[in-house]
Amino acid sequence: MRCHLIDYLPQVGGQLSEIYPKKPIYDIPGFPSVLAQDLVDNLMEQVAPFKPTFTLGERIEEVEKRGDADFRIVTNLGTEIFCKAVVIAGGLGVFEPRKPAVADLEKFENGKGVNYMILDPEAYRGKRMVLAGGGDSALDWTIFLADVASELTLVHRSESFRGAPDSVNKVMKLAEEGKINLILNTNLTSVEGADHLERVTMENSKTKEVSVIATDYLIPLFGLSPKLGPIEKWGLNIDKNAIEVNTDDYSTNVEGIWAIGDINTYTNKLKLILCGFHEAALMSHSVYKYINPGVKYTMKYTTVNGVNEF
Amino acid sequence: MDNMINIRVLHKDGSIQTLEGPTDMGLSLMELLKAYEYDVLATCGGMALCATCCVDVLEGGEALPVMNDDEYFMIDTLPDALHNSRLACQLKLNESMDNILIQLHHEA
Repeated sequence: MRCHLIDYLPQVGGQLSEIYPKKPIYDIPGFPSVLAQDLVDNLMEQVAPFKPTFTLGERIEEVEKRGDADFRIVTNLGTEIFCKAVVIAGGLGVFEPRKPAVADLEKFENGKGVNYMILDPEAYRGKRMVLAGGGDSALDWTIFLADVASELTLVHRSESFRGAPDSVNKVMKLAEEGKINLILNTNLTSVEGADHLERVTMENSKTKEVSVIATDYLIPLFGLSPKLGPIEKWGLNIDKNAIEVNTDDYSTNVEGIWAIGDINTYTNKLKLILCGFHEAALMSHSVYKYINPGVKYTMKYTTVNGVNEF
Repeated sequence: MDNMINIRVLHKDGSIQTLEGPTDMGLSLMELLKAYEYDVLATCGGMALCATCCVDVLEGGEALPVMNDDEYFMIDTLPDALHNSRLACQLKLNESMDNILIQLHHEA
């Protein structure tokens, strides 16, 4: 049995490496304290003898079952992987842009005027843009795009910004100079257009005054939020953003798919790394039996056989 | 009782439930709400990353501890946060919160 790991992040380690690599963890047995990244590094050293392989920086979009025993996995970059068993250890899920509650927003996604991140600023040269949000990202892009867009409006629901003071000052100056339209205390209410976005309607939260701005693009910048993402479409039983599993072996309702760690849920679930290890052990034995039907299996201990005997 | 405070939660139907919470166990308001089986996802487990535990403090908010940077950043980023919105995961239960009135933000 061999394992291939696919992760959307550019490195292994999930939230430990990405979110809190320098944070000490106090509840790993045998380690009174260990830094999150050190734990990941140690684990990588520990799994090295089993020669795992990796696809990093790619997100699994499709899990297609082929017959009784095989799966075809496809990533967002089109990489195809064929395997007999799938184990979802997706942690918090994927971080996706947080969307404001505005009707018909989806209608203008995918190249029709509503984008949640700016990949190529030059694509907006000479265009009319409305940016919405009050965080550092909204401020930074406003400053950068003020000279790129033909007309730029920044809409913020509050009357002040809590972002970096230097960025706030720059945005205020751009507004004073008439280089951008700054609209405060205002929320987006609707988006309209035929095949492409044409207008954004907004309402002042204090005066209730409604205004309409003609625009080519709307860029809501409200940060990222953890979501299950494509996992939701794989036919799994989901409860409150987590995958339901059988605690006998952490298998899901789809034969051949297991789920371990923070992404799963069951009675008395504890989101602890310790519990993730336990789930992984039971899952591994179950997967081995599943992909090797009829093979006589004996439990081996590393203290007796060493690691390379496996 | 010593080391216990009350948190009042306004429901959509207008009713109010009073929760009892200990101040000496390091519990956050998010953990208390989950213990009482409120519909709080708390996807990130209390790291101020997901804002699914956001609450609006209707009474008593002025006495609460000021926001730390993580909470400020997240609240500021939300598209629909109100002036009295807080992240329950960042509010450790303490005496200053006794008898506050809150509402789950997604029910507001």
